[in-house]
Formats: sequence, structure tokens, C-alpha cells
Amino acid sequence: MRLLLCYGIGLIFGVGISMSGMANPAKVLNFFDVAGIWDPSLGFVMGGALAVTFVGYRFVLKRPGPVLGGMFQLPRRRDLDMPLVGGAAIFGVGWGIAGFCPGGALPAIGTGDTNVLIFVAALLAGIGAVKLFYAIFDARSRAKTT
Amino acid sequence: METVFTPVQSLGGGALIGLASVLLMAFMGRIMGATGILAGLLQPADLSDWSWRAAVVAGMVSGPAVMLLVTGQFPAIQVPISTGMLVVGGFIVGIGVTLGSGCTSGHGVCGMARLSPRSIVATLIFMLTTGLTVFVIRHVLGG
Repeated sequence: MRLLLCYGIGLIFGVGISMSGMANPAKVLNFFDVAGIWDPSLGFVMGGALAVTFVGYRFVLKRPGPVLGGMFQLPRRRDLDMPLVGGAAIFGVGWGIAGFCPGGALPAIGTGDTNVLIFVAALLAGIGAVKLFYAIFDARSRAKTT
Repeated sequence: METVFTPVQSLGGGALIGLASVLLMAFMGRIMGATGILAGLLQPADLSDWSWRAAVVAGMVSGPAVMLLVTGQFPAIQVPISTGMLVVGGFIVGIGVTLGSGCTSGHGVCGMARLSPRSIVATLIFMLTTGLTVFVIRHVLGG
């Protein structure tokens, strides 16, 4: 039941991405090409998604907790640190090169398009590289303290 | 490569993305962020933590098939860059979203909707660097 619901929610997201044009790098890159062949469509995607989420969250987060139990797992941090700022800046450079973001590329896997699979493989390698770096860094700092 | 302005489909698609974000919070208490869901899929806390993430991703991947059933074609995927650049871009995106703890869906939609200062700053920064990158590639380097 829980998994079927999660599948359905993922499906709504996947259809939304497919319909909106977020899975299409040419459309994404043209949104940012204000000085060239500008396509403002993506502003409508962000606007629509934000408006619905902003209003929906106001109702949902008034509840004591999620319908299926547990607690709302919301990030509580409010400080700005270098990984956040630097990571966001780096993400933008990659997004500007490739035109795919993770939320756009995951649903696009379903088309079987080779370019999507190549992007996702490179994305996973990038995620893995940072995790590996953190793991080595953690092991080193632990070795130093013991 | 020029693309056609699609305000109605984009607004409708965006609304569905928002609906999915609201539903995931309402039922599971979770942020609908592609980066966070994917990261947890690779390093799950336990089986039940892995299974809901796998179910969400399976649903996402089924999205294009529904489009195919309804409209008769898959969503268009036009890649105006070389395979080499796609790999470089993908790798950089992976590094950035992991360091920055989120991407367009997590920070740009869910975090912004919560008025989280971290997400607002992250979104402003990546929108700016994406724009700068596109400008440099297309109008300075002339790619």
C-alpha cells in the first residue's frame, strides 16, 4: 500500500516533468539563453510547481504528522556554509553544460534515450566521487583523533 | 536549436510536480528532491528506507510511458551538445548537488516553498551560474 502510493506519487512527478519540458535539455538551456534563442517555458514550470507546493505545504504541515505515520522530515539547518554555496554554484555550471538536472533526467530514463543514460551514469559517478571523498576524509580525521 | 514556447504544458507539468511534492510530504513526510531520494537509494538507512525511494523512482521512470499512452509519443529529448560535454556536465552536476544537498526539485521547489533560507540562496546561486555558463558557452566561446 505504502509502496504503491509512493509509486503513484513518483508517477505524477514523472508525468509532470515529461509534460513540462524539464526532461528536454534543449528547452532547459534555451530558458537560460536570454541573450539568444530564449524559451521562457521553464519559468512556467517553476512557477506552477512553486505555487502548488507553497499552498499545499501550508495545509499539510499544519497536521501533527504525515498520514502514514512518523514525523515530517524537514531540514532544520538555516545557516549558509561553503558546501551549500559552492555546491549550488558547481551544480549550475554542470546544469548549464548538460541541460539535464537530476529531477529532469530520472523520469527521462523511461524513454530509453541513450543520452539520458549517459548523463545519469556520469551523474552517479559525480555523486560517488564526493561520497568517496567524504569517506576518505572521515576515515583520516578519525585516524588522527584515535 | 530553437524550441517552441509551451506555456500551457509547462504550467500544467509544473503543477503536477508541485502536486507530487505536496503528496509525498502529506503521506510520507518527505521532501520531493531528486538528489535526496537518489542519494538515499544509493546509501539506504534500512530496507524500508530503500523501498519507498525505489518505488518513487520507479514511478518517475514510468512517466514517459504514460505520456506515450496519452499523446502517442514520448516527451522530446533534444541534446544540443556533444557526448563528451554531456559526461562532463553530468559529473559536475553530481558533485554539485551532493555538496549542495539538493537540486532544482529539492531546493528550487520544496525548499523555496518552505521559504528555507538555505534553499533560497542555493536556488539563486545555481540559477545564476547556470545562466552564466550558458552565456559563456553560447556567446563567448560560441559553442
